[in-house]
Amino acid sequence: MTSVLVHRAAAAAVEMLEIGPWRTRLLERARAGQRVVTMYGRPEGERVLLTVVHQDGARLSVARTVVSPALGYHELTSDLPGLHCFERELHEQLGVRIAGHPWLKPIRFQGKDQAAMASYPFYRVDGKEVHEVAVGPIHAGVIEPGSFRFMCFGEHVLHLEVHQGYQHRGFEAHVLKRDPRTLAPWAETIAGDTSAAHAWAYAAAIEQLAGVDVDPEVELARAVALELERIAMHLSGLAGMASDIGFLPGAATYGRLRTTAINTSLRLCGSRFSRGAVRPGGSGMALDGELLALAQSNVELLRHDTALIDDAFLSARTVRHRLGGVGVVTTETAEQLGLVGMAARSAGVAIDARVPDHGLYARFPLPIRTEPSGDCWARARLRIAEIEASLAWLRTVLAEPRTWKPSRGVLPALPPSQLAIAVVEGWRGEVVHCLETGSDGALLHYKAQDPSLRNWMGVALAVRGNEISDFPICNKSFDLSYCGNDL
Amino acid sequence: MLKSLRVRLVRGKQFIPDVRAARPAGFRGLPVIQPGPCGDCRACIEACPTGAITNDPLAIDLGRCTFCAECVAACPDGKITLTTEPRMGAVTRAGLVVKAGDEAATRVRAHDAFRRLFARSLKLRQVSAGGCNGCELELNATANVNFDLQRYGIEWVASPRHADALVLSGTLTRTMQDAVRLAWDAMPEPRFVVAVGACAISGGLYDGAPGVARGFFDEVTPALYVPGCPPHPLTFVNAILDFLGVP
Repeated sequence: MTSVLVHRAAAAAVEMLEIGPWRTRLLERARAGQRVVTMYGRPEGERVLLTVVHQDGARLSVARTVVSPALGYHELTSDLPGLHCFERELHEQLGVRIAGHPWLKPIRFQGKDQAAMASYPFYRVDGKEVHEVAVGPIHAGVIEPGSFRFMCFGEHVLHLEVHQGYQHRGFEAHVLKRDPRTLAPWAETIAGDTSAAHAWAYAAAIEQLAGVDVDPEVELARAVALELERIAMHLSGLAGMASDIGFLPGAATYGRLRTTAINTSLRLCGSRFSRGAVRPGGSGMALDGELLALAQSNVELLRHDTALIDDAFLSARTVRHRLGGVGVVTTETAEQLGLVGMAARSAGVAIDARVPDHGLYARFPLPIRTEPSGDCWARARLRIAEIEASLAWLRTVLAEPRTWKPSRGVLPALPPSQLAIAVVEGWRGEVVHCLETGSDGALLHYKAQDPSLRNWMGVALAVRGNEISDFPICNKSFDLSYCGNDL
Repeated sequence: MLKSLRVRLVRGKQFIPDVRAARPAGFRGLPVIQPGPCGDCRACIEACPTGAITNDPLAIDLGRCTFCAECVAACPDGKITLTTEPRMGAVTRAGLVVKAGDEAATRVRAHDAFRRLFARSLKLRQVSAGGCNGCELELNATANVNFDLQRYGIEWVASPRHADALVLSGTLTRTMQDAVRLAWDAMPEPRFVVAVGACAISGGLYDGAPGVARGFFDEVTPALYVPGCPPHPLTFVNAILDFLGVP
């Protein structure tokens, strides 16, 4: 049994419905509490094959339908607003008509140049003294490009429109040119700060396709890489938030503690960004007596020093005042929008692909943390709580003597016409990879999904009603990926 | 106040005293190639995800290399090893190609004119265009308490108008072409471009991907190349210091 969520089926065995029953089934399942994990399409002849994936506990289920792009289907976003991004993507990638959809803005202006992005008609708010503020795609810091358009009344933000696509490289089409068993380096760079999660999702999916099981100890090594990545990026985000509000002890200390976390990854897998930590059929993580002692001592240092800075950060009146009540996403909004991961959990929605009692998380439980208030304060507190939980988990895992040697599996040729899906909880949220082989066993379709795709709308709604000067901390508190959205 | 002091006390001194001599343990850095013929063996070439390796004689193009070490594992004769040496880089594209016995060729040569102008004060404007946030995070790290780039009078600035060098990361995407051009045009002369990471130098893993458009490099040739995927902060800091002739 794998520890991440997986599903494999022969393409012919996947539930195939007419568009009407498919819609009805999708809505019924969603109402019964089966979340939509992803919805995507691929061309099949003149028509488009739609796939929806639901999650029920640790179980994933798939249903498909075929539509003609010209006829399309009636939108689902009004019933399930969280599907807005999937329907927009279907329209953008495959030209599927989605009748009645409220807002078919391109997700990433795929295949277009900047002229198309520059002439895009933004949503407008009319009124005396209403003005627009445009920022990006290049920002003042050393960060990825993306663009934001604010509709403001004075300092007050009425609406924010997120405008992405500047990072679109074309991952999905690009990787189809290669042997599907060698794609780990590309998976690692879908969002290069989430390498372990994306590589694990890719590896789990390709292992399902190839019918290969991995050793539990290999899975544990991958899970250690995943938690180190989570700790490092949460520390990075806290350093950024502390810096944005001028709390310099936090900026400096969280920053240098991140160095300790990523240098631990460097020692175990040769990369500060977990590159090579996960390979199909194996893991690049190494552990012997010396490295175990080093990892243990780094975990203890992180536990000790984070406790001190967390206390200073959370008890500072200025920090609480600056973050509390800013950028609120209510539990209801988070559920409606289909937010995932950290953004959902800090609004009281307990979604986590590290399902308790499933796979290695039964052996080494990792409690899911939530925060109720959905503001910047909650997102900071959640990151602190998750660092603490992951460090405690690492301490337990590393308490026993373990030896890992870097390993790589030799995967057989892939069987034809199979679909495999894997979901891994990266530090931002669930990473979803769907791979399908064609009748010749070659890769027919690679659908990769970073949690940022669903969570950007959370940022847009969080800043409504706030002052525009609060945008940087709102944005940093979500800490979303631009390239993960743009692919 | 007392809590902040305690945090400060525990932090102690975190900076790396000598960034010129530092060798990060576990780092996959400058490759070393053993001399000798390879015959018909193409194992490393086939294992390389970015086509960085050529044979006759065996050579690795650090401008394409992601330092994944697949070649090291693939070679039946153990001819390739990756050292922990972070000091890599070149002022020409050809200078990034490592051959047997020729590793020193990748060392950055100082640029006399830029040394006179910028050795005591250099302002950098970073632009990412198709970067995966790996290069961006490592470039940010150059300014943290560990690497402390500012001690050399080198700083990241917010506006291209304040910058002496444009530090590009990422493959260069079609949708960022105009923005990159605007940033470059906004910079006062004298100015130069630093290409950071395999993506910016050669397209890297995304060379030939549908969203990539590298026309900017047809017009502007980088003065400095910093290899890696992503480059270690020490690789970047040392390349800049070497370029400026700082001891």
